[in-house]
Amino acid sequence: MLTADHVSKRFGAVAALDDVSLDVLAGASVALVGESGSGKTTLLRCFNRLVDPDSGTVRVDGEDVSTTDPVRLRRRIGYVPQDGGLLPHWRVQRNVELVLRLTERADAGDRARDALVLVGLDPAQFAERWPTELSGGQRQRVAIARALASEPKVVLLDEPFGALDAITRAELQDAFIALRERVSMTSVLVTHDLHEALLIATHVVVMRRGRIEQVASPRELLDAPATEYVRTLLHRARVDRHAAVAS
Amino acid sequence: MIAAIALAALLQTGAAPARPVVVASKPFGESYLLAEMFSQLLEARGFRVDRRPGLGATDIAFRALRGGAIDVYPEYTGTGLLAILGEQPLGTAAAVYQRVSREFRTRFNVRWLPPLGFENSYAIAVRRATADSLHLATLSDLARVGQSLRAGLTPDFIGRADGLPGLQRAYGLAFREVRTLVPAVKYQGLATGQVDVIDGYSTDGLIARYDLVVLRDDRHFFPPYEAAALAAGRLATELPGAVAALTELSGRLDEARMRALNKRVEVDGTAVRVVARDALTSLGLVGAGIAAASPSADVPRQGLMSYLNGERDAIARLTARHIELVALSLLAALLIALPLGLLLERQARHAEGVIRAVGVLQTLPGIALLAFMIPLLGIGVVPALVALVLYSLYPIVRNTYTGVRDADPAAVAAARALGMTDAQILGHVRLPLAAPVIMAGIRTAAVIDVGTATLAAFIGAGGLGEPIVAGLALSDTRMILSGAIPAALLAIGVDAGLGVVERWTRPGP
Repeated sequence: MLTADHVSKRFGAVAALDDVSLDVLAGASVALVGESGSGKTTLLRCFNRLVDPDSGTVRVDGEDVSTTDPVRLRRRIGYVPQDGGLLPHWRVQRNVELVLRLTERADAGDRARDALVLVGLDPAQFAERWPTELSGGQRQRVAIARALASEPKVVLLDEPFGALDAITRAELQDAFIALRERVSMTSVLVTHDLHEALLIATHVVVMRRGRIEQVASPRELLDAPATEYVRTLLHRARVDRHAAVAS
Repeated sequence: MIAAIALAALLQTGAAPARPVVVASKPFGESYLLAEMFSQLLEARGFRVDRRPGLGATDIAFRALRGGAIDVYPEYTGTGLLAILGEQPLGTAAAVYQRVSREFRTRFNVRWLPPLGFENSYAIAVRRATADSLHLATLSDLARVGQSLRAGLTPDFIGRADGLPGLQRAYGLAFREVRTLVPAVKYQGLATGQVDVIDGYSTDGLIARYDLVVLRDDRHFFPPYEAAALAAGRLATELPGAVAALTELSGRLDEARMRALNKRVEVDGTAVRVVARDALTSLGLVGAGIAAASPSADVPRQGLMSYLNGERDAIARLTARHIELVALSLLAALLIALPLGLLLERQARHAEGVIRAVGVLQTLPGIALLAFMIPLLGIGVVPALVALVLYSLYPIVRNTYTGVRDADPAAVAAARALGMTDAQILGHVRLPLAAPVIMAGIRTAAVIDVGTATLAAFIGAGGLGEPIVAGLALSDTRMILSGAIPAALLAIGVDAGLGVVERWTRPGP
């Protein structure tokens, strides 16, 4: 569904992506894990052309994105930023309708309400609220509803739960897992939290200094870390292999 | 015979569509008074008059006359010789009059009508105590002790060739300190000891009131300053009767009479129009009947409230004009500054430079900007509007640019990531989020505008600056306040009103 083929990107002297190749199969839930500066966010942004690579090819659904109009591309891909990125001058309902209205869908209102229900927010209670009247967790739920409302095949999430407190984060992780069981989509999620990656992803991609260290299922990663770095990462995170991968 | 006069009068008044005579003055008491006498005399002879009192200073008034914006204003031959022609002082009053008459006619097509009959020279004055203790009687005496004295001089005098620069050369005069004082406060400044020397006019009514000593010009530096009506050449061709009417005043005003008239205006606080009418009546130039018809003759100074009450029609009219100036200039500034601010947001590389250039306009002194306008746009409402627009641009451009640029970066990034075009981001996100900031800029511009529009009076555009300028020139506090109080209230009102709009544009809850 998503492909990066020998992709490189420099920001000045820094190589954010160094000859990275990755295949994301349809329906997969991929977590890009790494420290700050590992290139995980840059890779994510290549898929909806918020970043254009210096070399290499990026494909979405088989289509080379460098020849696709970025605006049309982005409207086909859901996106959830870390801070929610809700437009503060629009009520919740209008925020969720954003992409639906850009693509001139007549049923924008109904679909937005469905999306709110999907993320566990009662439209009767939340649709008319302003973003400032929501808690951090509620804001992220609205941001996810906004990304899903037009039923995109692909959703990109840039540290969506990073700014939340531990309890709220756990609630949203559970909600996300539940959501994936009901909605068929391909998702790529950036996180620096290995626990989170192991918990909600079908595939974990460990990145370091612009390169991919290992791509594996959570189980494989725990059983057979490919490099010393991955081993250190697992050790430092003190992952309990039995608790972490419940399913 | 009587029938012939009546017919002549009828023809003159009957030709009503004839254009009005535009009578102006410079912003000091005597000039106001003479201009008002010109005006009333013309009206008594059946002409319509458009009054433009208190034009900036010599520069502005003369440019307006040359440019055809005004027809006539009172001027002094010495000023014409030194300040306008830039020549050296020469000979007798008659020689100076001949010189300026010939030169002005050939070079500018401007006519000096025969002199009014008095001279009004610069008068360098000190307190009597100063004169006594330092033994000062002449300007040569002053040059001897100038180093120990502080001078308070009018901007006009400091800048003119026949003012301070010439005086310094002629007498080797230097002061310990030169302060700029507007005419309205210089006498008080001298009387209270803030300064030791001032420039005045020999016919000023205030010289006697404050018991001052005028120092004799023993080297005859100041040329003869004979007062006369200075008229545009086209007035003589288009309305020869008006020129004839104005010459009726020639030779009729001597120095003693003029000083007495000035004193009534400057010291007693009698209204200029009343003093002018009384003067014309006592000269037999207008009928006494007109004087008797007016009830307000020589009322001693009223209290502020009753004065404001008496002037309420005029204040209402001036306030309406003021609002008109502010509203039109603000609208025009909006139409320029909003698109410019948005454009700069797209051209961030040039933004700071352009905004700084617009900011420089803001720092130009208002009166200088207005003076620049005159050769291009004449006097009146149009140049005033242009100047006000230039003054209003900066806060609106600056706030539009920064407001749009700094609009909630997270919201803008999310809007882009979800597939909004640049135009949609601008229209749906940046502009709505920047609206309160832009409104704040508009609000600032409006309040600045209300204040700056008072300067419009210097180029005859009217508004609440008119009584402020006149009151400053006539040392009439009530008159100043009759412009300043409504202007201040207007500023507060505009600020409050736009504050409501600003809250209303605030996005979200």
